[in-house]
Amino acid sequence: MEDAKKNIEKAQAKDASLAERTKDRVIFTPAVDITEDSNNLYIYADVPGATEKGVNITLENDVLTIEAQVEEAPMEGYTRTYSEYATGDYYRAFTLNEAIDRDKIEATLKDGVLGIVLPKAEAVKSKKIPIKAG
Amino acid sequence: MITITRPSWTRDIWGWDPWRELDRLHREVSGIFGLPRLRRLAAYPPMNVHTADDDVVVTSELPGVDPSEVEITVSGDTLSIKGSRKPRELKEGEQWHRRERGFGEFFRTVQLPFTVDASKVSAEYTNGVLKIVLPRSEADKPRKIAVKSTN
Repeated sequence: MEDAKKNIEKAQAKDASLAERTKDRVIFTPAVDITEDSNNLYIYADVPGATEKGVNITLENDVLTIEAQVEEAPMEGYTRTYSEYATGDYYRAFTLNEAIDRDKIEATLKDGVLGIVLPKAEAVKSKKIPIKAG
Repeated sequence: MITITRPSWTRDIWGWDPWRELDRLHREVSGIFGLPRLRRLAAYPPMNVHTADDDVVVTSELPGVDPSEVEITVSGDTLSIKGSRKPRELKEGEQWHRRERGFGEFFRTVQLPFTVDASKVSAEYTNGVLKIVLPRSEADKPRKIAVKSTN
């Protein structure tokens, strides 16, 4: 039951190394699916409410950082009578242990899902180290 | 979050339970620091309900769903949402590193604060957030009754 809960609820970010934001907003850790094939690394993150304008993806020193800001339209004249989810921004960072061709990274945002395709660098793809018999 | 193991003796010996007080305090403090108090339900999709005098707006975070496959039904003061989230299929040669995003079918029913006019309900899906506007039915709207004086 607890496990099932964990998977469907948005998890609030609890990374202690994350420097505090100037904006007083809740930050969530988006759930991700990460896959790999021989050419690319694929990342899909659930970021409901995030707009294209608010998405910020950076790759620096092998650390890929995903940030997505959510613009919340104020509901004027309405009272929130029942609440099961909070809105806030998304943040998550991954260490990539593979060289990525950073000029060819592609990102799409569709229906609240951020998709990132990270092509592996040519050098890595072809690098095969032969082992010499001693 | 800090997990405190609750010793079993506290409640029996003391009429007052300091651990329960701590829990309560923790909840109140969370409330003060801007984290809206959420109902911890494992229901999917999570919903927020916003109410005004003449309509109610239900929003729900539902990323990665084909909106044409979401079924919304309204009957009286009951709203139901049904649909499914498709799992990501691997192509040949592709392998998983992480798989955290949930998938599967969902079905949820919520009771609204008043009866709504089912023919006027509208729904939109933007950036993975479903927004349903449900106008209050005419018959349900409060009516002001003028008092006649009879003297």
